[in-house]
Order: sequence, then structure tokens, then C-alpha cells
Amino acid sequence: MIKVKNLKKSFDNKPVLKGISCEFEKGKTSLIIGQTGSGKTVFLKCLLGLHKYDKGEVLFDKINLNSMTELEKMSLKSNIGTVFQGSALFDSMNIEENVMFPLKMFKNIPLDEMYDRVNLVLKRVELENSNKKMPSEASGGMQKRVAIARAIVNEPKYLFCDEPNSGLDPKTAIVIDNLIKEITEELNITTIINSHDMNSVMEIGEKIIFLRNGKLEWEGSKKNIFQTENEAVTDFVYSSELYKKVRKMYLKK
Amino acid sequence: MFQKPTKWEVMKELILKDTEDTVINSLGIISFVSFFIGGVITIQLALSTTGSFYPNYLVGYATRETIILEFAPTIISIIMAGKVGSFITSSIGSMRVTEQIDALEVMGINSINYLVFPKVIALLLYPFLISIAMFLGILGGMAACVYGGYSTMSDFIDGIQTDFIPFHMTYAFIKTFVFAFILATVPSFHGYYMKGGALEVGKASTTSFIWTCVTIIIFNFLITQMLLG
Repeated sequence: MIKVKNLKKSFDNKPVLKGISCEFEKGKTSLIIGQTGSGKTVFLKCLLGLHKYDKGEVLFDKINLNSMTELEKMSLKSNIGTVFQGSALFDSMNIEENVMFPLKMFKNIPLDEMYDRVNLVLKRVELENSNKKMPSEASGGMQKRVAIARAIVNEPKYLFCDEPNSGLDPKTAIVIDNLIKEITEELNITTIINSHDMNSVMEIGEKIIFLRNGKLEWEGSKKNIFQTENEAVTDFVYSSELYKKVRKMYLKK
Repeated sequence: MFQKPTKWEVMKELILKDTEDTVINSLGIISFVSFFIGGVITIQLALSTTGSFYPNYLVGYATRETIILEFAPTIISIIMAGKVGSFITSSIGSMRVTEQIDALEVMGINSINYLVFPKVIALLLYPFLISIAMFLGILGGMAACVYGGYSTMSDFIDGIQTDFIPFHMTYAFIKTFVFAFILATVPSFHGYYMKGGALEVGKASTTSFIWTCVTIIIFNFLITQMLLG
């Protein structure tokens, strides 16, 4: 579980996060949504320790991120899997080497076992027989799958995904979303997804956090989002005609 | 750089790869440049020291001194700042732009240790490259001198052996080690701390080349003043 208390962050005296408090539960897929510039990437980077926050607390299973030494932070990070927006695969390594990378860095297990684990994870993301391909030879969807495989190969406790389906066609995007949800349940991990894709919200949003101007404007589940009267949320989520109709139909039901 | 260092098995592979990228892959260009510039230095020296006033061995002597003291350690390092320095800046810079460094950081990997330290170690082999540059520079000078008809081979070899001061080799290799460190760290700094996109990677490479050259030239002056002055 990750608990955030009154998180504040400014850049050049310009506040970006204005006191966010929330909780992310284990075994659930939580989504952070909001318009561009709402602070969701900064929020995610603060949780990941890529940005140092000014005030507040981030508790990873009751341990405060700020009270950890650099070495403790590095150990915590080895329990975090991250899927970046652009996949961030290492160009100089093939798919197999990319997925094996966290194992090589943190596990003292024989090479055969590492290969078995990599093959198992690649099979889980439906990428068997692509081991020797270079990232540049893989499609956007494949790259995302490799990034997911690399993030979960070490069996992390926490999974962070920054817009995991950006740049993907709707069908592949849903496949990726469902894959993340299934993995979260299988491994019983805390998953946080940064997204502004409404398909993701409707598909896998067990917990949704809506950020607006650096503040937590609304939180709930995908069921609650149909019923909410919060204007900022409805403006953002139901901005397209299609979603407006879907919402009307849902409420009529 | 040394907090939570990378596992030795991984570091070993990185050092070997960086040795190939920075030292082994530079052998061709360094050999080519050294041989022909050595030849040009000799021709120019021969043309400006004609006449009975100058001893016959002078061309060989002056070629050796020029190549060992300045050309091989300093000029080759400036060429390397262009070749290896911009490679280091652009490869680390591209990793920064495509969030690969962030990926290392969030995995709990000390990214400076992972990216920079192997380059520093790989470039410890740089003096080997400079030794080849010295040898080929003098060889190129000898070929140009003998086949160009400026002097005989025995006069040239006499010149190479005349008044040889072993400390000059020590001085040249001290410079080389310092330049190797500069070649590994200054471009890495520019790549690691760059901000922006693909265009900025190109700009960072240019800036890194300029600063690497400036640093090499300043240290060249300081070391020369300290050791020979």
C-alpha cells in the first residue's frame, strides 16, 4: 500500500502540487487522471523519487520515503517496476537482455534460471519467440509489452505506469490495460497508472484519482464516475459526444 | 559515483563494451592520422632546415620531439574529443531524452556509476592508443623523409636516438592519463545533465567538444609548466 499525505511540490516558486492526500491499495489498479498540466506526471515522479517533494509524506507500506537514506531508497526502488510513456527500453540491448536487466542487477541466481524467468515473463506478455529482436525492430505495442515484462520480472511490490497506452491503437491499448490489471491481481501488487485515456478509466479503473490544477479534485471508482455530479470531472471524462451518450444510457439504466 | 556500485559481473561487461567503443574503435582513425601527420611534420621540418648549417640528424630529432611531446598526447586527444567525446555525450544524452536514465534511477541503479565509471576505466587504456600514435607518427615521418629524399634512413634514425630524455616519455604519459580522465568525464557530464530533445543532444555534443578541448588545452599548459617548466 502507498499512502500520500499533503504532498506539495513547486518549481521556481510556482506550485505544481498543492497538498495531495490519497491512498493506493494493494492488489488494485489505481488510475491518476487529469488534463495536461494538472500535475499528474510530477505527482508520479514524486512517488517514484525522481522529483524531491517540498512538503508532505509518501509512505510505502508505512515507511516514509523522506526518512530513508539514499541506500534504503535504492533498495526500495528495486521493488518498484516502472513502465514509462516511451517504454524507455535500452537501445543497445535486445528484448531478452532488456527483460533480464533487473535480474542481472539485483538477483544472485544462475543464468539458466534467469533465462527461464525471462521466457516465462515474455510468455505472460505474449511475446514468445521475440527474444532476440532489438527494441527498434518492435512495434509500439510490443515495446510496451517488453516494458511491462521488464517491470514485473523482478516480482516488484509496486508497479508504476506512465501513460502505458499512449500512441497505441484502441484495441492494443485495451489489451495492454487488461494485461496490467491481470498482472496486478496475479502478483497482488500496488499498481498506479497515470493516464488521460478514458477507455482505460472505463476498463480498469478500480480506483480513480482526478487531479486538477495540482489538487485532488475527486476520487472514486469507475462506477462512481458515471454518477458523479462534479462538473470538472464530467467535463473532462465526458468531453466527447460518445461518452456523453454512454453516460446518459448508464444513468437511465 | 561510488555509492551503491554496479555488480562486478555487469560492470565487467560494461567496461569491455566501452573499451571497444572508445579505444579499439578509434585505432583506425588514430593510426591513419598519426602516420600522415607524422609525414607532414617531417616534410615541413626538412624544408625549413635545409643547408649545411643544420646537422643531418636534426629532422629525425625534431620529429621525435614534436610527436612525443605534443602531437601524440595533445593533438590526438583533441581529435579524440571529437570522436569519442561526442559519442559519449550523444549516447548518454539520448538515454536522458528517451527516459532510459530515469528507468535506471527508478530501478535503484546508481546511473552515474553505471554509465560513467566504466568509461573512466576503459579510457585507462588510452595511453596504449597514444603509444601507437607515437610509433606510427615517427614511422610516417621516417617514410616521408626517406622516400621524399629529404634525408637518409640512418640520419633519421640517428636523430630519433639523439639526446633522448626518458622523462619526456613520462611527461607525455602523465599528460595522457589526465587527458583520458577528461575525455571520459567532461562529455559524460554534458550528456548526463542535458535537457530537452533530439536537437539538444546535438547541441550538447558540440558544447561538450568545445569544453573538452578547452579543458585539455588548459591542463596541457599546467602540466607542462609543472613538469618541464
